[in-house]
Amino acid sequence: MSDAMMAETISITGHGGDRIEAYLARPLGDGPYGGVVVIHHMPGYDEGSKEITRTFAVHGYLAICPNLYSREAPGASPDDAAAVARAQGGVPDDRLVGDVGGAVEYLRSMPASNGKAGTIGYCSGGRQSFLAACSLPLDAAVDCYGAFVVGTPPEGMPLKVGPIVHLAEHLSCPLLGLFGADDSHPSPDQVAELDKVLTNLGKPHEFHTYEGAGHAFFSVNRPAYRPEAATDGWQKIWDFYGRYLAG
Amino acid sequence: MCTYLTEKVDVEGSGKGATGWFGLTEASVYFDHPQHARAEHTVNIDFLNPGEGPSARVAVELTAASARALAAAIERALAAVPPGLV
Repeated sequence: MSDAMMAETISITGHGGDRIEAYLARPLGDGPYGGVVVIHHMPGYDEGSKEITRTFAVHGYLAICPNLYSREAPGASPDDAAAVARAQGGVPDDRLVGDVGGAVEYLRSMPASNGKAGTIGYCSGGRQSFLAACSLPLDAAVDCYGAFVVGTPPEGMPLKVGPIVHLAEHLSCPLLGLFGADDSHPSPDQVAELDKVLTNLGKPHEFHTYEGAGHAFFSVNRPAYRPEAATDGWQKIWDFYGRYLAG
Repeated sequence: MCTYLTEKVDVEGSGKGATGWFGLTEASVYFDHPQHARAEHTVNIDFLNPGEGPSARVAVELTAASARALAAAIERALAAVPPGLV
């Protein structure tokens, strides 16, 4: 089996018909392959997010990471773009759904696609992965420590995000949740609340909370990195996507 | 954790960024994950001029203790200014 892959920056149609930048990584075989939309963390469309996208291609998935800050800061460095997006209140939910929807459409239209597509998101992207899965027809979704799926944001918070647990009844696919026990956004109590809501609704999901890990434990270039949690988390992702997206 | 909280303040002055000096119009202050500092959380300060684009930005990431020391130093410097200058 060939392990050849390629990665490049492309342009896709996002929310409202806007052309937005995206990073595409794909195996070079004929497929069929499942598709993964990588939703980057709040610090933006950075090197770490692109590395994660390439990792999915290495493991046999068509993967795409849309630059959610394309409009605010075209061509800017990821940290400058993230600062602009943050100052403007973050990515509006409807725009996120439109951009992820465009990325899903792009993946499903690729000749090597098996027609299946899922999402994975980190930090703010974890919440957005849940949001996308409640708003679009998907086959699998992964939420890595997304805050404010449940729980009210602090008073005066400038970001245009609020709790979206009320959307859970529309969850279109199985959800894998990966969390840190030491995280406070989301806190273990909030994770338990979401677990309970999904259980009561009969929505297929599996949550794993890692002791000794906090927020952003997948980020290899940050002090928050926790190798044990991240390594096991990746295994959980391959198992989960293997069941719902692969082949 | 991501605190998401951001304090914004209008400022007048100048900052020196990657391409040289530019006029500043606002600053953002927030406690969150740093891009570069080797700490899990830092006080992040962006000095900005949105009218000149995303790259018109001077960024610093300080530990909480450093940020408090800086704030106190600014107050001390201003307090030492002779009357009539500020």
